[in-house]
Amino acid sequence: MSQQVPVLRLGNALLVSIQVDLQDDDVLALQEELAERIVATGARGVIIDISAVDIVDSFIGRMFSSIAALSRVLDAETVVVGMRPAVAITLVELGLSLDGVRTALDLEKGRAILDRLIADRRTVRDIAQDDDEFVPIDDPAGERHQPDPSRR
Amino acid sequence: MSTSATGVDELPISSGDDVVRVRQLVRTRAQGIRLSLVDQTKLVTAASELARNTLVHGGSGTARIEVVQRAGRSGIRAVFSDEGPGIPDLDLALTAGWTSGGGLGLGLSGAKRLVDEFDIDTEVGRGTSVTVVKWSR
Amino acid sequence: MAENDGQHLLGLLLQDEQALLERWLRDAAVHLQGRASSAELERAFRDLLTALAKGVSGGGLDLDHEAYGEVRALLSELSRDRARRGFTPSETAVSVFSLKGALFDLAARAGQGTDAILVASRWVDALGLLTFDSYVRAREEVIAEQSEQLMELSTPVVKLWEGVVAVPLIGTLDSARTQIVMEKLLQTLVDTGSEHAIIDITGVPAVDTEVAQHLLKTVVAARLMGAECTISGIRPQIAQTIVALGIEFGDIPTKANLADALLHALRGSGVEVVRRRSGGGR
Ligand SMILES: Nc1ncnc2c1ncn2[C@@H]1O[C@H](COP(=O)(O)OP(=O)(O)OP(=O)(O)O)[C@@H](O)[C@H]1O
Ligand SMILES: [Mg+2]
Repeated sequence: MSQQVPVLRLGNALLVSIQVDLQDDDVLALQEELAERIVATGARGVIIDISAVDIVDSFIGRMFSSIAALSRVLDAETVVVGMRPAVAITLVELGLSLDGVRTALDLEKGRAILDRLIADRRTVRDIAQDDDEFVPIDDPAGERHQPDPSRR
Repeated sequence: MSTSATGVDELPISSGDDVVRVRQLVRTRAQGIRLSLVDQTKLVTAASELARNTLVHGGSGTARIEVVQRAGRSGIRAVFSDEGPGIPDLDLALTAGWTSGGGLGLGLSGAKRLVDEFDIDTEVGRGTSVTVVKWSR
Repeated sequence: MAENDGQHLLGLLLQDEQALLERWLRDAAVHLQGRASSAELERAFRDLLTALAKGVSGGGLDLDHEAYGEVRALLSELSRDRARRGFTPSETAVSVFSLKGALFDLAARAGQGTDAILVASRWVDALGLLTFDSYVRAREEVIAEQSEQLMELSTPVVKLWEGVVAVPLIGTLDSARTQIVMEKLLQTLVDTGSEHAIIDITGVPAVDTEVAQHLLKTVVAARLMGAECTISGIRPQIAQTIVALGIEFGDIPTKANLADALLHALRGSGVEVVRRRSGGGR
């Protein structure tokens, strides 16, 4: 179990805010815990806040990709937010491309991206929560007329 | 940790926590010689990769970190040594994306790009020693 | 023998510290002509003397010995301070050379022979050279800092719209300048929360491989941070360089000019720009 990194609930998403220099075992523990929590809470998204992180090496970078892949399998989306410029420059030099990971400048923008992604992948459960409107689940034309959930 | 009066630090690398300590020490030394933030980040990231290799591939080992001077510039030299299996094919190991198993194969090749000087001394059955230097600009 | 020399020297340094200090201060002041206050000099010299005694007792005459660490630190501090205040290298080194007269005097009075004087002389010479070196280094640091500041000034990152920042690059780009500009651009993205950046190179006559690579890496780094970066104003020559060098510009958005790049960024952030059909006088 990872006591190092608290996993918080943020609406229909989980928020992980990395504040300390993690050793590899903690990183793996966090990854496991997240998978469990996504399933347990039915979260639709994961936000990993790394604004306090001063280096991202290949191990942590790989965790981001794994969590993104894993959450996709569990029908959730992952956004990494707050990467510092020096960290980004270093990652490019290291050759790590964070495949499949979405990123945003800060928490607020990450939240907005998540809302958009989740709106694109609404589930029966989400629709059941909208009591006053009918939304076709099968929408071959791809033209959905739903309110932007971020504005609610 | 042992520090001699000449400012050479030697840390053991035998656990994940040790890798974290190496990162922190390299950061402190890099700040000490006023490396730019980007250069600090590059050096610490390279050190993290190499220390992990020492632990994962070498079994365990040590990191030696010291401040060096040349032609009026200061730098940080970090040496990662182990007495593990050694690297049979160095060219292959330095190829981005090649791993003998499990990893992304970015550690060695990436670390090389992140520093100014990079040198590997390895012998099968005897061990591996990787030396890197980052100079202040 | 060398150990003996060190002992003699140490003897001289410790024999009558107050007299040594006073004579040293007097000699040094002549050369500085009031440009450094006497209180300041006295403090610096007193510290140096203490450190020197420590150095000699631990490391003999060998200035590279670790016992001289404090001496080296004090000298480089002195040099840095002097370099910043515009003292010349000789004005700086002479403060150290002035120690000679005082030491000779003491040696003569203590009845020590020419050998001892020679040893002291060589030792002070070496100290002087050390000062010279650290002065030059300090001076280079000052110059590097200044040129960096100049570079920062000459490449402003400007906000074009809410969420859109741009850096118009003008003149020849070398690798160092490009790196500084790019770091500044990325930091501005964070500081202003902008999701779009434009690098306009209309004013850049040519780029080499390294610079082109830096530009590319910046675009990729911005993307990792969650922002999009457009390059505008690529001249035909530069386009040719890029193609000839085989650099993959891949899916990086490029636009003919800054205006098109801005339009692209605005669209990306959901702003539509339309021409008014009537009114407006034109
Ligand atoms: N200290 C070492 N001792 C023995 N073999 C090593 C050592 N360091 C690296 N290697 C070998 O070189 C290969 C490449 O190393 P590199 O760090 O690039 O990749 P990795 O460690 O496999 O994966 P990654 O670091 O991306 O997680 C390793 O797979 C390993 O076979
Ligand atoms: Mg590795």
